[in-house]
Amino acid sequence: MNFNLTEERQMLQDTLRRYLRDKYDTKTRNAIIDSDTGMSAEIWAELAELGVIGALFTEEQGGFGGAGFDIAVVFEELGRAGVVEPFLDTAVLGGGLLAEAGDAAQRALVDDVIAGGLHLALAHGEPSSRYDLTRVATTAVESGGEVVLNGRKAVVVNAENADHVIVTARESGALDEAAGISAFLVPAGTRGMTLRGYANLAGGRAAEVALDNVALPVSARIGAAGAAFGVLSDRIAAANVALSAEALGAMETATRLTRDYLGTRKQFGRPIGTFQALQHRMADLLIELEQARSAVINAAGHLHADAPLRDRHIAGTRNLIGRVGRLVAEESIQLHGGIAMTQEYELAHIAKRIVMTDHRFGDTDWHLERFIDLSAA
Amino acid sequence: MDLSYSPEEQSFRDEVRAFLAEKLPREMSDVIRAGGELGKARQEEWHAILNEKGWLAPNWPRKFGGAEWNAVQRHIFEEEAAAAHAPRIVPFGLSMLAPVLQKFGSQAQCDYYLPRILNGEHWWCQGYSEPGAGSDLASLKTRAVREGDHYVVNGQKTWTTLGQHANWIFCLVRTDTEVKQQEGISFLLIDMDTPGVEVRPIILLDGTHEVNEVWFTDVKVPVENLVGEENKGWTYAKYLLTHERTNIAGVGFSQAGLSAVKRAARAENHNGKPLMQNPHFAARVAQVEIDLMAMSTTNLRIVSAAAAGAAPGVESSMLKVKGTIIRQEINDLARRAAGPYAMPFASEGIEGDNDPVGPDYAAATAPQYFNNRKLSIFGGSNEIQRGIISKVMMGGGR
Repeated sequence: MNFNLTEERQMLQDTLRRYLRDKYDTKTRNAIIDSDTGMSAEIWAELAELGVIGALFTEEQGGFGGAGFDIAVVFEELGRAGVVEPFLDTAVLGGGLLAEAGDAAQRALVDDVIAGGLHLALAHGEPSSRYDLTRVATTAVESGGEVVLNGRKAVVVNAENADHVIVTARESGALDEAAGISAFLVPAGTRGMTLRGYANLAGGRAAEVALDNVALPVSARIGAAGAAFGVLSDRIAAANVALSAEALGAMETATRLTRDYLGTRKQFGRPIGTFQALQHRMADLLIELEQARSAVINAAGHLHADAPLRDRHIAGTRNLIGRVGRLVAEESIQLHGGIAMTQEYELAHIAKRIVMTDHRFGDTDWHLERFIDLSAA
Repeated sequence: MDLSYSPEEQSFRDEVRAFLAEKLPREMSDVIRAGGELGKARQEEWHAILNEKGWLAPNWPRKFGGAEWNAVQRHIFEEEAAAAHAPRIVPFGLSMLAPVLQKFGSQAQCDYYLPRILNGEHWWCQGYSEPGAGSDLASLKTRAVREGDHYVVNGQKTWTTLGQHANWIFCLVRTDTEVKQQEGISFLLIDMDTPGVEVRPIILLDGTHEVNEVWFTDVKVPVENLVGEENKGWTYAKYLLTHERTNIAGVGFSQAGLSAVKRAARAENHNGKPLMQNPHFAARVAQVEIDLMAMSTTNLRIVSAAAAGAAPGVESSMLKVKGTIIRQEINDLARRAAGPYAMPFASEGIEGDNDPVGPDYAAATAPQYFNNRKLSIFGGSNEIQRGIISKVMMGGGR
């Protein structure tokens, strides 16, 4: 057993932590959130330069990491600083899909992703699919050398910034069947694809994507026809590790801010952290934080295990992170009082990041059910 | 023991229901149902509708123009109003300041201010909390120094709800620094158009502008704006806080919120079935509903005792703690029910000219979940309430 980070990962963590601490304060981030694109191109480029994106890909794919622990290290730091830039969407989901399932031309785009010059988005969820990954109603019909897409995609994060949107669509099979789902690389501005963009509550932007007779060459398909679900599951598993680690990093910030505040805020003539009722609640948060840290290790360490084992760990981790995350976010606000309700205070954003991870790729209950199902098997 | 309402109470409920059906504008209830807030003008319009009926000030004695309802009637009204998605009544002038004026104010103050509260000429806000005086309110520092026929006020108030709409503020100010904290506080009425008063917005974590900082720099306030006696303000403030805590349980809000959760969960698809049929989600909803049914009866027990003349005591602290836990749990369920569509930022979803992003029940859920974290913080945090409960129940208390 060894729970230490490798030297490379330790360096990456230090570099990233230092950069974000210096560059990504509350004011800077709030300005980014209010901007039209919801992200900073400058910070994106600098983080790419520091190797943040490269760390999410294997050497074979042109990066220098790509393992569960690489993803966890990067996203824990992004979470700690409350970063809103779409690393999950462009790199883990979009870039990862191309790297694992793309043909040579599609894989070539991964180099641009790693260099920070290309944005991607994954358009998979639909208005009534909720968290169900196999429920794809969008259709793809191939005839005469082209494929035509029709359907609606919901809450597609980073769609507006994306140079290409990766759209999943059904080529065969029933509505909720895993087999029959394909993925297509759709360049921004393709005729028939319209975006209705909006800001998200916890930062970043998303869009409703309408696909009306979007005609693509057959070469736009990523991998074989109807066979995208496997790679999609792999990338969503990686995304779940990333989301868990991001929430963990954000929880570390929330508890640090709360501990500091309890030590400095005075009421009734003494620091409020001297009241035992509050001390015990703080202690509970710190206990749960360690549970969260271990859960992230469990998920990251099993990312490359066989799918049933991997998914059981990931479901368990997301469930625990969901429960602990809500506790940490709510208690941190409560222990602060009014100050934590204000937009200009760091914790407000951090709490939103923690809680809103529960709305991507399954919430606390969804992962509980999945854990039960996978345990019964 | 009889759990039914009397025939009189039942017919009162019918009357309230009929009034709401007839007079509550659809445009208003739609906004409230979707989790939105009314602007100043619409809010004043609703007050005017109630005032015309004589129902704007349910707790005031008739001689001041109130409805003089008892606690059960007020409870019935609150329940029906919430069920009909009526806007809330902005409480600062009507149910916070007015009872203090009626009990401790001069005849001249009652004659001048009360009618203006009713007709909407004065929009009041509350100047209590300060940056350094939150839970420890008695440590407040805003200073009022008497100079001839006026006070000169300097200091800063914070968390002033809807202060941006207000033209008057009632303040707790320090008039004596030599005595025990609680004995040097006075209750002062300040016209916000007076030179030296400045309102600065505070933006909350859900992006809303609901609270403010109010700064006072050499603000001259006539001595006749003092309520009651100098240095007795703490007594008046405590009296006011007991009034702030009527309807503290928020039963009506919780009932309306729970119905909304069920409505959403019936519409949401979960693996091919309505989310409401999912055992995990259904169990969460059932759990909070069971808690709410019991709390509603606790509330009625206290309301009945109050209607019979009992003063609210430690029970209101209990209702505040349990009531806010339940409301916040319902907000959490609403957010969960919305699924991925909880992510879009509400102002994009509900305030724009566009249709909401996703289903109409989804847009406001996450902002409301975050915004209502305030419920367990303001009006005496839940920690302060627990302190009161243990002090009173475990000895050494009042």
